[in-house]
Amino acid sequence: MRDNMLKSVLALTAVLLIAGATSARAASSEADFKAAYAAAEAANKEAASLRNQWTTTAAALAAAKKAADSGDFDQAVASSKEAEALAKASIFQATSEKEAWKALEIR
Amino acid sequence: MGEEVNVRSAIHFASAALLLAALSLGSAQLAAAADIPDPAADAKAFQKFFTQKFPKVKLDDFVNGPYSMNEDMHRQWEEKEQFPPYDFSLDLGKEMFSKPFRNGKSYADCFPNQGIGIRQNYPTFDEKEGKVITLELALNRCREANGEAPFSYVKDEMAALTAYMAFTSRGKPFDIKIPNDPRALEAYQNGKRYFYTRRGQLNFSCASCHVQNPGERIRAEVLAPALGILNAMPIYRSEWGGMGTISRRFTTCNSQIRGVPLEPQSDEYRDLEYYLSYVSNGLPISGPGARP
Repeated sequence: MRDNMLKSVLALTAVLLIAGATSARAASSEADFKAAYAAAEAANKEAASLRNQWTTTAAALAAAKKAADSGDFDQAVASSKEAEALAKASIFQATSEKEAWKALEIR
Repeated sequence: MGEEVNVRSAIHFASAALLLAALSLGSAQLAAAADIPDPAADAKAFQKFFTQKFPKVKLDDFVNGPYSMNEDMHRQWEEKEQFPPYDFSLDLGKEMFSKPFRNGKSYADCFPNQGIGIRQNYPTFDEKEGKVITLELALNRCREANGEAPFSYVKDEMAALTAYMAFTSRGKPFDIKIPNDPRALEAYQNGKRYFYTRRGQLNFSCASCHVQNPGERIRAEVLAPALGILNAMPIYRSEWGGMGTISRRFTTCNSQIRGVPLEPQSDEYRDLEYYLSYVSNGLPISGPGARP
């Protein structure tokens, strides 16, 4: 009886440990990809409203979608995050150039 | 006595207030003056910048782009001009220009002087529409007004038509007008801002290459000076393996610096063409041109 209890405790611990280990290095889910992709798309849309999108943002978005289609959500999330970072950089560029362009002007 | 002091201090107060008002008014006017674009002064400064940077290049020679920057290239170009690669396009343009539309009218009916020798006046500012009208845009509008489908702005037919129109204007100096209309001045200013604004992942503006580095190489190419850069359009580019219009030049410049190009003939590009053409006023039309 006692042995049996010990065995089941051990088994449960093993199950929990395995579950813990896998969740710690959990693969990204489709939901993770969708959230990351939506954030990147929103930033790129803002860049479009500033008439300053980058081709590299579009390429990273396309790569994210391709990875998601093949079921590689880790890569899909990574590419989405890259796209978001690029889009944000293009927004920063457009915003700072609103005044900065004058420094280059021939006078 | 007390009353007199009061009057005196009132006068002092009033004159101080007046002085302050005058000062603030004056500074407001100064600030406004700094913000109001002065195209004539811009064009003068623009041309002076390039002639000082390249004292050996004659003003009219800037229209030859990279060929004006390098003697060897200039010689090669002179030989190439004996059998110019844009000849086919020029012939096609001439043929297209004289062929009537299905309704019997032709391009000649859409332009002053039947479209001959008028390239140097484009872009113009249309005060009715309140916008810049480029030659490419005017050509497609002419087609549409006569029931014909518009052409692609970036090559082939559009390049052929503008090649022929430029050819009939060869040697005529750019004569871009900015009418006394605040919208025209705004379009000019927007074009200038576009020219100097850094964009794309490479963080380049038009000026990064064509003001700061003309004559320098970017990989195998020699960069053309911004002065006179549109006078030779459209061009046959060996790199493209064909002809390209001003629209093609603008959109490919943008994608080369990793920026998503705007629609050909979008307001920004029209304004940019207006600015760039205006600051080259006085330099002769040399199009169609050939470039490496």
